[in-house]
Amino acid sequence: MTGLLKVRVWRGGVDGAFREYEVPRRESQTVLDVVTHIQRALDPTLAYRYACRVGMCGSCAMTVNGAPRWTCRTHVDKVAKDGRLAIGPLRNLPVIRDLVADMREFFDKWARAQGQFKGRRTRADDLERISPESEARRHADAAIECIGCGVCYAACDVVAANPGYLGPAALNRAWTLVNDARDAAQPERLRAVAGDDASLACHTHMSCTERCPKALSPTAGIAGLKRAVARAALQGKL
Amino acid sequence: MSRRTETLLWVAQRASAAVLAVCVTVHLATIFYAVQGGLTGAEILGRTRGNLGWAAFYTVFVLAAAVHAPIGLRVVLAEWLGWRGRARDFLLIAFAVLLAGMGLQAVRGVFA
Repeated sequence: MTGLLKVRVWRGGVDGAFREYEVPRRESQTVLDVVTHIQRALDPTLAYRYACRVGMCGSCAMTVNGAPRWTCRTHVDKVAKDGRLAIGPLRNLPVIRDLVADMREFFDKWARAQGQFKGRRTRADDLERISPESEARRHADAAIECIGCGVCYAACDVVAANPGYLGPAALNRAWTLVNDARDAAQPERLRAVAGDDASLACHTHMSCTERCPKALSPTAGIAGLKRAVARAALQGKL
Repeated sequence: MSRRTETLLWVAQRASAAVLAVCVTVHLATIFYAVQGGLTGAEILGRTRGNLGWAAFYTVFVLAAAVHAPIGLRVVLAEWLGWRGRARDFLLIAFAVLLAGMGLQAVRGVFA
């Protein structure tokens, strides 16, 4: 495959601007390959983040032609049919520099959503038996493969309108734990995911579900949390 | 405002939406049915005055709207204007009372 891609890349912090580069077109080229080519061959000062390159680590997400995507598994064929790419940092997060967004707020919200597993058994106890067929386990299984890439958070218009909103990934994590029979922190977790800045703020736009590279549905999990917190509030348990 | 209260407001908005869905459907269907061949104010009042069933129906309609609209506005004010806190909530309580008062007055005017 021959030809050149015209690639506009965000340079600088929040006040930065796009700069254009020309990158050789290759067979099976990913957006991450394009960014790596720019950094290695054209401009070594370009800052970006990646690790595994195979869709496991969740560190290479960027905004590609206006939409958040995992760049290591996004083929140029799919997103740049006219040979043009615009690559920027993830939306809804502070920009550190170039393509690197500050993920602290994103992960702090996982902690605020009580995203930590809190067991009640010790290593001396037997393992708890959880049927893979149980409804709760099936809900948890459907949401468990999140890689924490931040694509859903960048896609979410509620986060853009309400910066305090916990966001789809943190709530999706909480949903897996709400469905974990072994967890001992359910009342605290339900309180954490209730209210104006948590699950109830979701407008069900489904941008997170549309964009999730792992094909998860945080929207479905958040709907489950809404039902759980509504039930708890009506029973006086919130 | 506590998380429980925020959650109960959310429940109230969903419940009132369900009531409004029925009320709006019945309201529109009645209008389409009643105005066939034209309708005057006097004819409307002739049918509605003293009709306790319709008075009860529109009372429920008004109260559901008075619950539903301010809770929705609360989110609109927060997300579009960044206005949160007690002042906003007190204003919306006043708005709810105003909606209910004006609506119930209208119900009384048409059915009493």
